[in-house]
Amino acid sequence: MKYLCLIYDDEKMWPSMPKAEAETMMGEYFAFTEAVKQSGHYVGGNALQPTSTATCVRVRQGKTTTTDGPFAETKEQLGGYYLIEARDLNDAIQVAARIPGAKMGTVEVRPIQTY
Amino acid sequence: MTSPFEDAARDRAGEIYRAESRRVLATLIRLLGDFELAEEALHDAFTAALEQWPREGVPAEPRAWLVSAGRFKAIDALRRRARFERSVEAIADHLSSRAAEPEPLDEGTIDDDHLRLIFTCCHPALPLDAQVALTLREVCGLTTEEIARAFLAAPRTIAQRIVRAKAKIRDARIPYQVPEPAERPGRVEAVLRVVYLVFNEGYSASEGSAVMRHDLSSEAIRLGRLLVRLLDEPEAMGLLALMLLHESRRSARTSQSGDLVLLEDQDRSRWNRALIDEGSRLVEAALRSKRYGAYTLQAAIAGVHGRAATAAETDWGEIAALYDVLGHLAPSPVVALNRAVALAMLDGPATGLAEIDRLLSDGALEDYHLAHAARADLCRRLVRTEDARTSYLRALDLAKQEPERRFLQARLDALGTI
Repeated sequence: MKYLCLIYDDEKMWPSMPKAEAETMMGEYFAFTEAVKQSGHYVGGNALQPTSTATCVRVRQGKTTTTDGPFAETKEQLGGYYLIEARDLNDAIQVAARIPGAKMGTVEVRPIQTY
Repeated sequence: MTSPFEDAARDRAGEIYRAESRRVLATLIRLLGDFELAEEALHDAFTAALEQWPREGVPAEPRAWLVSAGRFKAIDALRRRARFERSVEAIADHLSSRAAEPEPLDEGTIDDDHLRLIFTCCHPALPLDAQVALTLREVCGLTTEEIARAFLAAPRTIAQRIVRAKAKIRDARIPYQVPEPAERPGRVEAVLRVVYLVFNEGYSASEGSAVMRHDLSSEAIRLGRLLVRLLDEPEAMGLLALMLLHESRRSARTSQSGDLVLLEDQDRSRWNRALIDEGSRLVEAALRSKRYGAYTLQAAIAGVHGRAATAAETDWGEIAALYDVLGHLAPSPVVALNRAVALAMLDGPATGLAEIDRLLSDGALEDYHLAHAARADLCRRLVRTEDARTSYLRALDLAKQEPERRFLQARLDALGTI
């Protein structure tokens, strides 16, 4: 079964992080990605640019409106994701717990809908 | 006319239902892979037992008979449904191919199934109130109406909670299994939390039917005993001990008019000695394991009170020491407050008051009524009547439960007469 692991953290943390610490963190992410590729859990994943680069698109009554945002009112923002293949939720939770972002932010684990 | 033989078989079926229905259900959920289907199967299996056993005698292994009957009843039910839904047919085929192999049902398998059920109902991916409702429904066998009565909720609310939880188990694929060693500590903690919550719901002197609340505490204690038997976890022993030691004081902790009676004022002859002894033995075993946690330490503290023949003989030194350890293991402002109260008993009210004032100035206890009540009590003993009055009033402002409010008001009134 596929699960999407959505990584929420405080994006303001990254620019203020000392260089060495940021490099360690990146190193942890590379190691994690490598490990889940090895274990067969990895399906896909990406880091996202900050919410300041985001655009929201809505179509209402056929008219397209484009705005900036989402506005970072919450303390944690979606910063990246992994799509994984796991045996069940317990397996997925164990993978999610190893995502480096789980130590500072929150990882939301959502089963993929199948039709 | 029924023969005595038939009556005996029917009684025996009733007994087996009470003793075994939850374990049979636990096994059926594993074999059928679905809560609803397993519940229907359990019901059908017992209906069949009531019909056949009086005629043919009680089988040598009733539990295995019930599991097997339930399994075939479920397959029959699916076959009937398959006439309308093609997809169900495949499931029925799959189940019946597996049902041909006899299912080994030794004690170990049964216990594992029972544990699977408990861990699944207390899965931390479910909301806490759903974990509680599901555990009471599936593990304890309470009806939705009984659970609703105990929690002062509408039966529909409880039923929805259970339906949503089962839907999440299915859709997010929460596995029906005992967690692996790596996940185990957190998962055991979740199970113990649910059990303790059920106990406290039954023990707290808030509203609700007293009888139903008492039932909740007994269910929690039964669950606690089950966990001690099934899990090699000292904290399960600690939790059971804590519940037994609290339970031992149940009849002494409220007066006939329903008012709270302080520990120091309780009639200790009304404490249940058997429960205190059992609780104390469990505490000792848990402490000896060196793998104990917060439940064991709280139980150890309750045990010290339980051993004291009179309030004056309480070993406050030991209690303060236990709170020290607890404060290191699970630091919390409430633990610090209790430690301060123990210090007041050990070294005098002035020492305790200094400690409480320090804690209150930290802010975390500012809105906790018992912190102000404790401060008021120490001021009263130091004859600082005005300070005592201010603190009682603050406590009264914050207290929500009626018996506690009556108690604080009585204390406040007593100050006026000094």
